[in-house]
Amino acid sequence: MRPREEAERPRDESLSPPPAGRPGSGLARDEAPGGPLRAEAPGGPAAGRATRDRDGRRRRGDRDGDRPMVPPAEFRSYYGRPVVKAPVWHHDIPAYLFTGGLAAGSALLAAGGDATGRAALRRAGRVTALGALAASTYFLIHDLGRPERFLNMLRVAKPTSPMSMGIWILSAFGTAAGAAAAAEAAPLLPERGIPGLARKLLPPIGTAGQYGAAVAAPALATYTAVLLADTATPSWHAAYPELPFVFAGSTLASGAGVGLIAAPADQAGPARRLAVFGAALELYGARRVETTTGMLSEPYREGRPGRLLRTGRALTAAGAAGALLGRRSRALSALSGLSLLAASVCTRFGIFEGGVASARDPKYTVVPQRERLASQVGNGAVAGRKETGPAAAGH
Amino acid sequence: MAGPNSLYGPVDPAPDAGYVDAPPRVGFFTDTSVCIGCKACEVACKEWNLIPDDGFNLLGTSYDNTGGLTANSWRHVAFIEQPTAGRGAGTDSPGAFAAMPVGPPASAQTAVVAAGTAPDTGTEPGVPPAVDALAAAGTIAPPATGPQFLGMPLPDLPGRMMDAPRSDFRWLMMSNVCKHCTHAACLDVCPTGSLFRTEFGTVVVQEDICNGCGYCIPACPYGVIDRREGDGRAWKCTMCYDRIGDGLTPACAKACPTESIQFGELDELRARAERRLESLHEQGETSARLYGNSPDDGVGGDGAFFLLLDEPEVYGLPPDPVVCTRDLPAMWKRAGWAALAMAAAVVVSFGRRP
Repeated sequence: MRPREEAERPRDESLSPPPAGRPGSGLARDEAPGGPLRAEAPGGPAAGRATRDRDGRRRRGDRDGDRPMVPPAEFRSYYGRPVVKAPVWHHDIPAYLFTGGLAAGSALLAAGGDATGRAALRRAGRVTALGALAASTYFLIHDLGRPERFLNMLRVAKPTSPMSMGIWILSAFGTAAGAAAAAEAAPLLPERGIPGLARKLLPPIGTAGQYGAAVAAPALATYTAVLLADTATPSWHAAYPELPFVFAGSTLASGAGVGLIAAPADQAGPARRLAVFGAALELYGARRVETTTGMLSEPYREGRPGRLLRTGRALTAAGAAGALLGRRSRALSALSGLSLLAASVCTRFGIFEGGVASARDPKYTVVPQRERLASQVGNGAVAGRKETGPAAAGH
Repeated sequence: MAGPNSLYGPVDPAPDAGYVDAPPRVGFFTDTSVCIGCKACEVACKEWNLIPDDGFNLLGTSYDNTGGLTANSWRHVAFIEQPTAGRGAGTDSPGAFAAMPVGPPASAQTAVVAAGTAPDTGTEPGVPPAVDALAAAGTIAPPATGPQFLGMPLPDLPGRMMDAPRSDFRWLMMSNVCKHCTHAACLDVCPTGSLFRTEFGTVVVQEDICNGCGYCIPACPYGVIDRREGDGRAWKCTMCYDRIGDGLTPACAKACPTESIQFGELDELRARAERRLESLHEQGETSARLYGNSPDDGVGGDGAFFLLLDEPEVYGLPPDPVVCTRDLPAMWKRAGWAALAMAAAVVVSFGRRP
């Protein structure tokens, strides 16, 4: 692992003091500019730098971008090693965040479309919900270390575990949405015999399922925010007040995207309005995530997560604008829908990767906790509630 | 059973988890001031629990080549080489070595001397780059007359011989382990019930249940629990659940030659730790502090707590860990508002019939 990180270090270290050769303190420190330990800790690259260094181009952006506004944080760590463990989840989980949201958004679209007599929205919503649901199930199972034990998830129902709650929400949603999608196939069945009976029974079951799925959909769309936030991953946890709104907006926008792609112009009105609501919520939430948590907002602005979130923002804005302006053009509407879907993908991956980046750098664990301790002492709280000893009083 | 402090605050975890007549809570007190970094705990843990190797790595940072707690290392001896204040960065406990002799760092000096005593092997391990180091030998003051102290173990018991001269350099060693938190985030978020609270108040993974979802791993505020490559399940210290159930001491504590790792009833250990801290402060070791002993901290107190000689983050520990589920009710509330906003947006969007 370490050799790989070494290999990822950029070659242009000419501005920095040479890292090697100092029989060091064993401590990674990201001191004030010009400080002796500014550039490199002896134990290899401090992870704090590794995140920025992973991408040479970002480094340039960092220098004349956000970076100099915030003085480099001073902190200590064990050879620059992360304190908390980054999630072992790979792309399956952010992909599920998208497909789960897409399923929820589509189910809402289907229910709204059916309730207001828009058949195209109903059909597209039901079918997309089932497809996205199947993809979600695949991603969730594929991500497990022991996929064959997937059903162990259903041993318990634990309110303290957002994943457990999510599995039950997904199961309920899946059953209902599956019934709704199956009902779309009813007209294809023969009219006689048992298939004929199914042909008669499926539509009412499908309608019930559709509304059931619509009730579960907001829960399905927002529990994933709690899932990410209920961890020690610094940037996810700090963003817990905003993340549900990002995911809710992203879900609405992706559902609207499906409507814009599938529905003819005369039925797409609600999808357009939904696109605007969703985009507004998503942009507002993402903006809050990127700005309100101080240092812990940083990972969402830098490197790959930053690029993903910026791309997502641009695509969301473009999609919402296209949805409003493209009333007459089916092609423009469909393009806007695609743009909204792509935006949702980018946002989910950006949020996911931002959190992972924050866990890999001990800075994001140590510095905010130090600040918390310092403010407790400042407020006259018990000095160093974690430590008893004179040294604790120094903070 | 579940009470007002079930998510956060001081609580006795075993009765809170539903045990009736639970035995007293047990734990580890790891006194790093007497740790000699022998790693017997790491070995004993591997032996008893049949843990596979973690790769045979040379990390190149210190005598610690384990690196951290992982699925395959349930004890980890951290090893910190630390110059003291006044000679570059290092400790934040200035004055700890104020009375000690000053001079060039012993390690560079001895490395240079040692490099010149052995036959030339063509390489100069530990003295990078070799030519510069030998050249530097001329610029550093030569060692004082008499034998050079190389930091090797003494032939007699400490105290019977004259104290070796101390340099301005210290080694901190700490055997890290799962904290068996009062409020264990890994356990709270486990969706299968694989992680459970034992009657002793410890936290254990049931390997026949775990499906490797990985949620416990980012949940742990200490970065302890981990998923094993190729196996797919989460593993961590069990505090030798199989041993303590039979009245035995966990393998690491049993193997520790200096009683740096002490196992026992948690209340008794906490009292013992306070006494030890007092005694160290009386001896002038003012940098000593306890970590994880207070039931009022962010995780409700650790079942395995420590006496440290520097800030926790120097050992790779979080300075102020808080169990993530403390904020869970607030998180669900925010999610509820977001869900309501979604529903409202849909109702408004579809408000007009075509």
